[in-house]
Amino acid sequence: MLKHFTLDGKRIPFAEGQTIMDAAMAAGEYIPHLCHNPEFAPHGSCRVCTVKLNGRRVAACTAPALDGAEVENDTDELRDERRTLLQLLFIEGNHICPACDKSGNCQLQALAYYCGMTAPEFTHRYPLRPLDASHPDFVIDFNRCILCELCVRASRDADGKSVFAIHGRGIQAHLAIDSPSGKLGDSKLHKEDRAASVCPVGAILPKHTGYAVPIGERLYDRKPISVAGDVSDHRKDSS
Amino acid sequence: MSNKLRVATCSLAGCFGCHMSLLDIDDKIIALADKVEFDRTPLTDIKRIGRCDLGLVEGGVCNAENVEVLREFRRHCTTLVAVGACAINGGIPALRNHYPLQACLDEAYLHGLGVEHPQIPNDPELPLLLNKVHPIHEVVRIDHFLPGCPPSAETIWTFLEALLSGQPVEFTYRQIHYD
Ligand code: SF4
Ligand code: SF4
Repeated sequence: MLKHFTLDGKRIPFAEGQTIMDAAMAAGEYIPHLCHNPEFAPHGSCRVCTVKLNGRRVAACTAPALDGAEVENDTDELRDERRTLLQLLFIEGNHICPACDKSGNCQLQALAYYCGMTAPEFTHRYPLRPLDASHPDFVIDFNRCILCELCVRASRDADGKSVFAIHGRGIQAHLAIDSPSGKLGDSKLHKEDRAASVCPVGAILPKHTGYAVPIGERLYDRKPISVAGDVSDHRKDSS
Repeated sequence: MSNKLRVATCSLAGCFGCHMSLLDIDDKIIALADKVEFDRTPLTDIKRIGRCDLGLVEGGVCNAENVEVLREFRRHCTTLVAVGACAINGGIPALRNHYPLQACLDEAYLHGLGVEHPQIPNDPELPLLLNKVHPIHEVVRIDHFLPGCPPSAETIWTFLEALLSGQPVEFTYRQIHYD
């Protein structure tokens, strides 16, 4: 007999060892998420997938599914909290979407649309962060990095290279690159690497393909992320 | 005294694209003109704002005059709306926040390509620039935000229609975008 929990009242079966997110994804139910990508070990850092498990807030990507549990996901309360988390991510970096080639294909932006964010509404930090265009195939713009560690996980676990790491703590936390100069161009990142195409936002962008798909015809321009899926489900056709 | 809704608009650190998008509502502008009276706006060229029901602000704040105009709009408008990416998060003008103000002035007026008679303008008539460009909600309270660069005519019209009929403002998925 499969175990099950309920997600907003719907029965979701699960196997031992699955998280709430694993089971929901397998059942075709959408729980908003940003740092989670089922190809990699869950990280639990962005907290966008926060659900209520028997009334307690947990990250769906790391919380093991529990037999007979009641899980709340698509509620006004959680949507408001998710929107606030997203607003904080926006003001923490520099996200000028009209000047970003990821716009329309960006998971941070798509989630903000999904959660009904019309503005970041907090005081902007406008941090001074560099842009590194030293690599022949990629630009890395630290202004847009949300520290989701997907590139870190992909480079370490899929490519076996550990080109990326997070250095520092709290507000000082930042993405660092393993190379003699600290520049991407001197690192071992290759354009076929999984880490090269895993970034859910416009921090790691391929060169030479800018605006190949016009604004208005991109992944999330017409369909919400709950329908269109994650950026990494569309690796071939999104920049 | 007519009972039409009084509307004021202005462009602070913006490009007038949002105003263009407002005009893009095409023939609905006639329906709009039946329901609203324009107060201070670049469309009427009225320079001083009076008591208004609605203020539409395009652009962020980049200089002292922007701050003054914005505060005046807040004082005079019952409902104040941030229209477009620049009003909402500084937008393209906020790209200069990466550089010290002096470096921006040097580049634009002294060392930039094609500059003739290099000099940094300092006429007392010119408003002083702020160190950084800011979204307008960091200066005054904002009642509604219309995102987009610019927000589409359809988004603006949906908003105006809801406001004019006293209905809650609700957008379809495609009416909210940041680019
Ligand atoms: S990374 Fe996404 S949210 Fe940030 S500027 Fe680019 S499109 Fe906008
Ligand atoms: S560069 Fe992209 S994938 Fe890497 S941590 Fe930053 S946002 Fe995540």
